[in-house]
Amino acid sequence: MYQFEYHRATSVEDALAKLKKASDGKLVAGGMTLIPTMKQRLAQPSDLIDLGGLKDLRGIKVEGGKVVIGAMTRHFDVANSADVKKAIPALAVLAGGIGDPMVRYRGTIGGSIANSDPSADYPAAVLGLGATIKTNKREIAADSYFKGLFETALEAGEMITAVSFPVAKRAGYMKFPQPASRYAMVGVFVADTGSGIRVGVTGAGPCAFRAKDIEAALAKSFTPDAAGTVKIASKGLNSDIHGSAEYRAHLVSVMAKRAVAQALGG
Amino acid sequence: MKVSMTVNGKPASAEVEARTLLVEYLREHLRLTGTHVGCDTTQCGACTVHINGDAVKSCTIFAVQCEGANVLTIEGLAKDGKLHPMQESFKENHGLQCGFCTPGMVMAGIDIRRRHKNPTEETVRHELEGNICRCTGYHNIVKAILTAKM
Repeated sequence: MYQFEYHRATSVEDALAKLKKASDGKLVAGGMTLIPTMKQRLAQPSDLIDLGGLKDLRGIKVEGGKVVIGAMTRHFDVANSADVKKAIPALAVLAGGIGDPMVRYRGTIGGSIANSDPSADYPAAVLGLGATIKTNKREIAADSYFKGLFETALEAGEMITAVSFPVAKRAGYMKFPQPASRYAMVGVFVADTGSGIRVGVTGAGPCAFRAKDIEAALAKSFTPDAAGTVKIASKGLNSDIHGSAEYRAHLVSVMAKRAVAQALGG
Repeated sequence: MKVSMTVNGKPASAEVEARTLLVEYLREHLRLTGTHVGCDTTQCGACTVHINGDAVKSCTIFAVQCEGANVLTIEGLAKDGKLHPMQESFKENHGLQCGFCTPGMVMAGIDIRRRHKNPTEETVRHELEGNICRCTGYHNIVKAILTAKM
Protein backbone atom coordinates (compact mmCIF):
# COMPACT_ATOMS: atom_id res chain seq x y z
CA MET A 1 0.00 0.00 0.00
CA TYR A 2 1.19 3.53 -0.74
CA GLN A 3 1.90 5.96 2.08
CA PHE A 4 -0.69 8.54 3.09
CA GLU A 5 -1.32 11.07 5.81
CA TYR A 6 -4.01 10.14 8.31
CA HIS A 7 -6.36 12.66 9.94
CA ARG A 8 -9.24 12.24 12.38
CA ALA A 9 -12.23 14.46 11.62
CA THR A 10 -13.93 16.08 14.60
CA SER A 11 -16.97 17.40 12.69
CA VAL A 12 -18.40 17.51 9.18
CA GLU A 13 -16.89 20.99 8.71
CA ASP A 14 -13.51 19.81 10.00
CA ALA A 15 -13.57 16.79 7.65
CA LEU A 16 -14.29 18.97 4.63
CA ALA A 17 -11.68 21.55 5.62
CA LYS A 18 -9.07 18.81 5.90
CA LEU A 19 -10.20 17.34 2.59
CA LYS A 20 -9.86 20.73 0.92
CA LYS A 21 -6.31 21.16 2.25
CA ALA A 22 -5.16 17.75 1.00
CA SER A 23 -3.72 17.46 -2.51
CA ASP A 24 -5.70 14.28 -3.27
CA GLY A 25 -7.54 13.42 -0.09
CA LYS A 26 -10.30 10.91 0.52
CA LEU A 27 -12.88 10.53 3.26
CA VAL A 28 -12.97 7.11 4.89
CA ALA A 29 -16.14 5.89 6.62
CA GLY A 30 -16.07 2.14 7.37
CA GLY A 31 -13.28 1.54 4.87
CA MET A 32 -14.71 -1.77 3.68
CA THR A 33 -14.25 -0.79 0.04
CA LEU A 34 -11.61 1.91 0.22
CA ILE A 35 -9.02 -0.05 2.26
CA PRO A 36 -9.08 -3.14 -0.03
CA THR A 37 -8.85 -0.77 -3.01
CA MET A 38 -5.81 0.96 -1.48
CA LYS A 39 -4.17 -2.39 -0.75
CA GLN A 40 -4.44 -3.27 -4.41
CA ARG A 41 -2.96 0.12 -5.25
CA LEU A 42 -6.05 0.98 -7.26
CA ALA A 43 -6.41 4.08 -5.09
CA GLN A 44 -3.58 6.28 -3.91
CA PRO A 45 -4.99 9.07 -1.76
CA SER A 46 -2.48 11.56 -0.38
CA ASP A 47 -4.55 11.93 2.78
CA LEU A 48 -7.22 9.90 4.51
CA ILE A 49 -9.74 11.78 6.62
CA ASP A 50 -11.37 9.35 9.04
CA LEU A 51 -15.05 10.00 9.79
CA GLY A 52 -15.12 7.25 12.44
CA GLY A 53 -15.36 9.75 15.30
CA LEU A 54 -18.42 11.61 13.96
CA LYS A 55 -20.99 10.20 16.38
CA ASP A 56 -23.64 12.72 15.27
CA LEU A 57 -23.78 11.00 11.88
CA ARG A 58 -24.69 7.70 13.50
CA GLY A 59 -28.22 6.69 14.29
CA ILE A 60 -31.68 5.92 12.96
CA LYS A 61 -34.80 8.06 13.39
CA VAL A 62 -38.33 7.37 12.23
CA GLU A 63 -40.23 10.62 11.78
CA GLY A 64 -43.07 11.84 9.56
CA GLY A 65 -43.34 8.62 7.57
CA LYS A 66 -39.61 8.53 6.89
CA VAL A 67 -36.73 6.42 8.14
CA VAL A 68 -33.72 8.74 8.40
CA ILE A 69 -30.39 6.96 8.68
CA GLY A 70 -27.22 8.87 9.56
CA ALA A 71 -24.40 8.45 7.04
CA MET A 72 -22.06 6.72 9.52
CA THR A 73 -24.67 4.17 10.61
CA ARG A 74 -23.30 0.68 10.11
CA HIS A 75 -25.03 -2.12 8.19
CA PHE A 76 -25.16 -4.06 11.47
CA ASP A 77 -27.17 -1.27 13.11
CA VAL A 78 -29.65 -1.00 10.23
CA ALA A 79 -30.08 -4.78 9.99
CA ASN A 80 -30.83 -5.06 13.71
CA SER A 81 -32.82 -1.86 14.25
CA ALA A 82 -36.29 -2.61 15.64
CA ASP A 83 -37.47 0.67 14.06
CA VAL A 84 -36.25 -0.27 10.56
CA LYS A 85 -37.61 -3.81 10.88
CA LYS A 86 -41.01 -2.38 11.74
CA ALA A 87 -41.12 0.49 9.22
CA ILE A 88 -39.33 -1.00 6.17
CA PRO A 89 -38.50 -4.66 6.87
CA ALA A 90 -36.99 -5.10 3.38
CA LEU A 91 -34.37 -2.45 4.18
CA ALA A 92 -33.29 -4.40 7.27
CA VAL A 93 -33.13 -7.56 5.17
CA LEU A 94 -30.96 -5.76 2.61
CA ALA A 95 -28.55 -4.41 5.23
CA GLY A 96 -28.31 -7.84 6.86
CA GLY A 97 -27.24 -9.37 3.57
CA ILE A 98 -24.33 -7.04 2.81
CA GLY A 99 -20.91 -8.74 2.94
CA ASP A 100 -20.57 -10.81 6.10
CA PRO A 101 -21.03 -10.13 9.84
CA MET A 102 -17.54 -8.63 10.25
CA VAL A 103 -18.01 -6.33 7.27
CA ARG A 104 -21.40 -5.24 8.62
CA TYR A 105 -19.78 -4.10 11.89
CA ARG A 106 -17.67 -1.60 9.93
CA GLY A 107 -19.37 -0.73 6.64
CA THR A 108 -21.68 2.29 6.57
CA ILE A 109 -24.64 3.42 4.47
CA GLY A 110 -22.99 6.74 3.61
CA GLY A 111 -19.82 5.04 2.42
CA SER A 112 -21.75 2.60 0.27
CA ILE A 113 -23.88 5.26 -1.39
CA ALA A 114 -21.02 7.73 -1.88
CA ASN A 115 -18.96 5.02 -3.57
CA SER A 116 -21.80 3.80 -5.82
CA ASP A 117 -20.24 0.44 -6.57
CA PRO A 118 -22.22 -1.12 -9.43
CA SER A 119 -22.83 -4.22 -7.27
CA ALA A 120 -23.55 -2.55 -3.92
CA ASP A 121 -26.92 -3.36 -2.31
CA TYR A 122 -27.98 0.00 -0.86
CA PRO A 123 -28.33 1.84 -4.21
CA ALA A 124 -31.21 -0.52 -5.15
CA ALA A 125 -33.11 0.55 -2.00
CA VAL A 126 -32.29 4.24 -2.51
CA LEU A 127 -33.90 4.10 -5.96
CA GLY A 128 -36.60 1.59 -5.07
CA LEU A 129 -37.89 3.62 -2.15
CA GLY A 130 -37.24 7.00 -3.75
CA ALA A 131 -34.94 8.09 -0.94
CA THR A 132 -33.44 11.54 -0.43
CA ILE A 133 -29.68 11.88 0.02
CA LYS A 134 -28.90 14.64 2.53
CA THR A 135 -25.52 16.31 2.25
CA ASN A 136 -23.79 19.21 3.97
CA LYS A 137 -25.03 21.41 1.10
CA ARG A 138 -28.42 20.18 -0.13
CA GLU A 139 -30.88 17.35 -0.55
CA ILE A 140 -30.57 15.14 -3.64
CA ALA A 141 -33.45 13.03 -4.95
CA ALA A 142 -32.58 9.40 -5.63
CA ASP A 143 -33.54 9.74 -9.29
CA SER A 144 -30.86 12.36 -9.92
CA TYR A 145 -28.14 10.87 -7.71
CA PHE A 146 -26.61 7.88 -9.57
CA LYS A 147 -24.71 9.07 -12.64
CA GLY A 148 -22.55 6.15 -13.78
CA LEU A 149 -19.85 3.70 -12.77
CA PHE A 150 -18.63 4.92 -9.35
CA GLU A 151 -20.08 8.30 -10.32
CA THR A 152 -22.70 10.23 -8.36
CA ALA A 153 -24.17 13.72 -8.22
CA LEU A 154 -21.90 14.54 -5.25
CA GLU A 155 -19.67 17.52 -5.96
CA ALA A 156 -16.19 18.27 -4.66
CA GLY A 157 -16.45 19.32 -1.03
CA GLU A 158 -19.83 17.66 -0.61
CA MET A 159 -20.45 14.90 1.89
CA ILE A 160 -23.46 12.71 2.67
CA THR A 161 -24.80 13.29 6.18
CA ALA A 162 -27.95 11.14 6.10
CA VAL A 163 -30.29 9.18 3.86
CA SER A 164 -34.04 9.57 4.25
CA PHE A 165 -36.22 6.66 3.11
CA PRO A 166 -39.99 7.19 2.77
CA VAL A 167 -41.84 4.30 4.42
CA ALA A 168 -43.44 2.12 1.72
CA LYS A 169 -46.75 0.26 1.96
CA ARG A 170 -44.86 -2.92 1.12
CA ALA A 171 -41.41 -3.66 -0.20
CA GLY A 172 -39.05 -6.52 -0.93
CA TYR A 173 -35.38 -7.00 -1.81
CA MET A 174 -33.86 -10.02 -3.45
CA LYS A 175 -30.38 -10.53 -4.82
CA PHE A 176 -28.51 -13.18 -6.71
CA PRO A 177 -25.06 -13.16 -5.11
CA GLN A 178 -22.03 -13.66 -7.30
CA PRO A 179 -20.89 -17.08 -6.07
CA ALA A 180 -17.35 -16.07 -5.06
CA SER A 181 -17.52 -12.46 -3.90
CA ARG A 182 -21.15 -12.61 -2.71
CA TYR A 183 -21.68 -9.13 -4.13
CA ALA A 184 -24.99 -8.73 -5.93
CA MET A 185 -24.71 -10.05 -9.48
CA VAL A 186 -28.21 -8.61 -9.68
CA GLY A 187 -30.27 -7.21 -6.81
CA VAL A 188 -33.79 -5.83 -7.14
CA PHE A 189 -35.67 -3.68 -4.63
CA VAL A 190 -39.41 -3.48 -5.29
CA ALA A 191 -41.57 -1.01 -3.39
CA ASP A 192 -45.25 -0.13 -3.41
CA THR A 193 -44.85 3.49 -2.28
CA GLY A 194 -47.35 6.23 -1.64
CA SER A 195 -46.53 7.61 -5.09
CA GLY A 196 -46.65 4.42 -7.13
CA ILE A 197 -44.53 1.35 -7.74
CA ARG A 198 -40.76 1.74 -7.85
CA VAL A 199 -38.19 -0.88 -8.82
CA GLY A 200 -34.50 -0.25 -8.14
CA VAL A 201 -31.91 -2.53 -9.74
CA THR A 202 -28.27 -2.97 -8.73
CA GLY A 203 -25.50 -5.18 -10.14
CA ALA A 204 -26.91 -5.28 -13.64
CA GLY A 205 -25.69 -1.95 -15.05
CA PRO A 206 -22.80 0.49 -14.56
CA CYS A 207 -24.79 1.97 -11.68
CA ALA A 208 -28.16 1.37 -10.06
CA PHE A 209 -31.19 2.18 -12.23
CA ARG A 210 -34.98 1.87 -12.22
CA ALA A 211 -36.69 -0.88 -14.20
CA LYS A 212 -39.59 1.18 -15.54
CA ASP A 213 -41.10 -1.70 -17.55
CA ILE A 214 -41.42 -3.78 -14.40
CA GLU A 215 -42.85 -0.78 -12.55
CA ALA A 216 -45.54 -0.42 -15.23
CA ALA A 217 -46.38 -4.13 -15.07
CA LEU A 218 -46.59 -4.09 -11.27
CA ALA A 219 -48.78 -0.97 -11.31
CA LYS A 220 -51.37 -3.04 -13.19
CA SER A 221 -50.95 -6.14 -11.06
CA PHE A 222 -48.71 -6.33 -7.99
CA THR A 223 -47.97 -10.04 -8.34
CA PRO A 224 -44.75 -12.05 -8.74
CA ASP A 225 -45.76 -13.23 -12.21
CA ALA A 226 -46.42 -9.71 -13.46
CA ALA A 227 -42.78 -8.85 -12.66
CA GLY A 228 -41.36 -12.17 -13.81
CA THR A 229 -42.81 -12.03 -17.30
CA VAL A 230 -41.30 -8.64 -18.18
CA LYS A 231 -38.42 -8.98 -20.63
CA ILE A 232 -35.52 -6.64 -19.85
CA ALA A 233 -33.31 -5.39 -22.69
CA SER A 234 -29.69 -6.47 -22.23
CA LYS A 235 -28.21 -3.49 -24.10
CA GLY A 236 -25.76 -1.57 -21.90
CA LEU A 237 -25.85 -4.09 -19.05
CA ASN A 238 -22.72 -5.48 -17.39
CA SER A 239 -21.07 -8.54 -18.86
CA ASP A 240 -18.18 -10.48 -17.32
CA ILE A 241 -16.95 -14.03 -16.75
CA HIS A 242 -19.66 -14.54 -14.13
CA GLY A 243 -22.58 -13.66 -16.37
CA SER A 244 -23.39 -12.13 -19.75
CA ALA A 245 -25.55 -9.04 -20.17
CA GLU A 246 -28.38 -11.33 -21.38
CA TYR A 247 -28.07 -13.46 -18.24
CA ARG A 248 -28.17 -10.38 -16.02
CA ALA A 249 -31.18 -9.02 -17.93
CA HIS A 250 -33.00 -12.28 -17.26
CA LEU A 251 -31.97 -12.19 -13.59
CA VAL A 252 -33.55 -8.74 -13.19
CA SER A 253 -37.02 -10.16 -13.93
CA VAL A 254 -36.41 -13.23 -11.77
CA MET A 255 -35.16 -11.22 -8.78
CA ALA A 256 -38.05 -8.74 -9.23
CA LYS A 257 -40.49 -11.66 -9.16
CA ARG A 258 -38.96 -12.97 -5.91
CA ALA A 259 -38.83 -9.49 -4.39
CA VAL A 260 -42.55 -9.04 -5.05
CA ALA A 261 -43.24 -12.40 -3.41
CA GLN A 262 -41.23 -11.22 -0.40
CA ALA A 263 -43.13 -7.91 -0.34
CA LEU A 264 -46.39 -9.89 -0.29
CA GLY A 265 -45.11 -11.83 2.69
CA GLY A 266 -44.11 -14.97 0.81
CA MET B 1 2.14 8.40 14.18
CA LYS B 2 1.58 7.36 17.74
CA VAL B 3 -1.25 4.96 18.50
CA SER B 4 -2.48 3.76 21.88
CA MET B 5 -5.05 1.09 22.57
CA THR B 6 -5.85 -1.65 25.03
CA VAL B 7 -4.97 -5.10 23.75
CA ASN B 8 -6.15 -8.11 25.76
CA GLY B 9 -6.64 -5.91 28.80
CA LYS B 10 -3.18 -4.33 28.72
CA PRO B 11 -2.29 -0.87 27.44
CA ALA B 12 -0.20 -0.91 24.26
CA SER B 13 1.21 2.01 22.34
CA ALA B 14 3.69 2.40 19.52
CA GLU B 15 4.85 4.63 16.72
CA VAL B 16 3.43 3.27 13.46
CA GLU B 17 3.04 4.33 9.84
CA ALA B 18 -0.51 5.41 9.02
CA ARG B 19 -0.77 2.53 6.53
CA THR B 20 -0.03 -0.11 9.18
CA LEU B 21 -3.00 -2.45 9.32
CA LEU B 22 -4.25 -3.53 12.73
CA VAL B 23 -3.24 -7.12 12.00
CA GLU B 24 0.30 -6.00 11.12
CA TYR B 25 0.44 -3.99 14.32
CA LEU B 26 -0.73 -6.97 16.39
CA ARG B 27 1.59 -9.47 14.75
CA GLU B 28 4.72 -7.45 14.02
CA HIS B 29 4.77 -4.79 16.72
CA LEU B 30 3.14 -6.64 19.59
CA ARG B 31 4.24 -10.12 18.47
CA LEU B 32 0.73 -11.45 18.95
CA THR B 33 0.96 -13.91 16.09
CA GLY B 34 -2.15 -15.88 16.99
CA THR B 35 -4.17 -13.63 14.68
CA HIS B 36 -3.51 -14.89 11.15
CA VAL B 37 -3.47 -13.28 7.73
CA GLY B 38 -5.12 -15.64 5.27
CA CYS B 39 -6.26 -13.71 2.22
CA ASP B 40 -5.48 -10.07 3.03
CA THR B 41 -8.54 -9.16 0.92
CA THR B 42 -11.32 -9.07 3.56
CA GLN B 43 -12.71 -12.43 2.60
CA CYS B 44 -11.33 -15.27 4.72
CA GLY B 45 -11.79 -14.02 8.29
CA ALA B 46 -8.60 -15.63 9.70
CA CYS B 47 -7.65 -12.19 11.05
CA THR B 48 -10.90 -11.68 13.01
CA VAL B 49 -10.44 -9.90 16.36
CA HIS B 50 -12.90 -8.05 18.58
CA ILE B 51 -12.77 -4.25 18.65
CA ASN B 52 -14.88 -2.79 21.46
CA GLY B 53 -16.78 -6.08 21.45
CA ASP B 54 -17.47 -6.26 17.70
CA ALA B 55 -15.90 -8.95 15.50
CA VAL B 56 -13.87 -7.15 12.84
CA LYS B 57 -11.40 -8.20 10.14
CA SER B 58 -8.12 -6.78 11.38
CA CYS B 59 -6.63 -6.80 7.86
CA THR B 60 -9.14 -4.13 6.82
CA ILE B 61 -8.69 -1.48 9.46
CA PHE B 62 -5.66 0.68 10.14
CA ALA B 63 -4.05 0.53 13.56
CA VAL B 64 -4.44 4.31 13.84
CA GLN B 65 -8.21 3.90 13.49
CA CYS B 66 -8.17 1.89 16.73
CA GLU B 67 -6.87 4.75 18.87
CA GLY B 68 -8.32 4.30 22.36
CA ALA B 69 -10.09 1.06 21.40
CA ASN B 70 -10.35 -2.13 23.36
CA VAL B 71 -8.96 -4.95 21.21
CA LEU B 72 -9.33 -8.62 22.06
CA THR B 73 -7.31 -11.26 20.19
CA ILE B 74 -7.21 -15.05 20.45
CA GLU B 75 -4.37 -14.69 22.99
CA GLY B 76 -6.67 -12.81 25.34
CA LEU B 77 -9.40 -15.46 25.60
CA ALA B 78 -7.97 -17.96 28.06
CA LYS B 79 -8.14 -16.84 31.70
CA ASP B 80 -5.76 -18.15 34.38
CA GLY B 81 -4.70 -21.07 32.24
CA LYS B 82 -8.30 -22.05 31.53
CA LEU B 83 -9.52 -22.06 27.93
CA HIS B 84 -12.48 -19.91 26.91
CA PRO B 85 -15.64 -22.09 26.50
CA MET B 86 -15.46 -21.55 22.72
CA GLN B 87 -11.83 -22.72 22.63
CA GLU B 88 -12.77 -25.68 24.83
CA SER B 89 -15.58 -26.57 22.42
CA PHE B 90 -13.28 -26.42 19.38
CA LYS B 91 -10.94 -28.79 21.26
CA GLU B 92 -13.77 -31.15 22.29
CA ASN B 93 -15.27 -31.29 18.80
CA HIS B 94 -11.97 -31.28 16.92
CA GLY B 95 -13.13 -28.11 15.20
CA LEU B 96 -9.99 -27.74 13.14
CA GLN B 97 -7.81 -29.48 10.62
CA CYS B 98 -4.70 -27.49 9.71
CA GLY B 99 -5.58 -24.82 12.27
CA PHE B 100 -4.86 -21.77 10.15
CA CYS B 101 -8.40 -20.37 10.13
CA THR B 102 -9.02 -21.41 13.75
CA PRO B 103 -8.25 -18.13 15.57
CA GLY B 104 -10.70 -16.30 13.29
CA MET B 105 -13.29 -19.06 13.61
CA VAL B 106 -13.11 -18.93 17.41
CA MET B 107 -13.39 -15.13 17.52
CA ALA B 108 -16.29 -15.18 15.02
CA GLY B 109 -17.90 -18.06 16.91
CA ILE B 110 -17.95 -16.07 20.14
CA ASP B 111 -19.55 -13.14 18.32
CA ILE B 112 -22.18 -15.43 16.76
CA ARG B 113 -23.11 -16.96 20.11
CA ARG B 114 -23.34 -13.52 21.72
CA ARG B 115 -25.91 -12.49 19.12
CA HIS B 116 -27.70 -15.85 18.92
CA LYS B 117 -28.13 -17.55 22.28
CA ASN B 118 -29.44 -20.84 20.88
CA PRO B 119 -28.68 -20.79 17.16
CA THR B 120 -29.71 -23.43 14.66
CA GLU B 121 -27.12 -25.13 12.49
CA GLU B 122 -28.43 -23.15 9.53
CA THR B 123 -27.89 -19.86 11.39
CA VAL B 124 -24.32 -20.75 12.32
CA ARG B 125 -23.47 -21.80 8.76
CA HIS B 126 -24.97 -18.58 7.42
CA GLU B 127 -23.18 -16.44 10.01
CA LEU B 128 -19.86 -18.04 9.04
CA GLU B 129 -20.13 -16.54 5.57
CA GLY B 130 -17.07 -14.38 6.22
CA ASN B 131 -14.83 -17.16 7.58
CA ILE B 132 -13.25 -19.57 5.15
CA CYS B 133 -11.72 -22.93 6.12
CA ARG B 134 -9.62 -24.07 3.22
CA CYS B 135 -9.49 -27.62 4.62
CA THR B 136 -13.30 -27.46 4.29
CA GLY B 137 -13.54 -28.64 7.89
CA TYR B 138 -16.79 -26.80 8.51
CA HIS B 139 -18.73 -29.72 9.96
CA ASN B 140 -16.90 -29.79 13.29
CA ILE B 141 -16.41 -26.02 13.36
CA VAL B 142 -20.19 -25.58 13.18
CA LYS B 143 -20.65 -28.29 15.83
CA ALA B 144 -18.14 -26.54 18.10
CA ILE B 145 -19.91 -23.17 17.79
CA LEU B 146 -23.32 -24.76 18.33
CA THR B 147 -22.33 -26.67 21.46
CA ALA B 148 -19.95 -24.19 23.16
CA LYS B 149 -21.03 -23.75 26.78
CA MET B 150 -21.45 -19.99 26.71
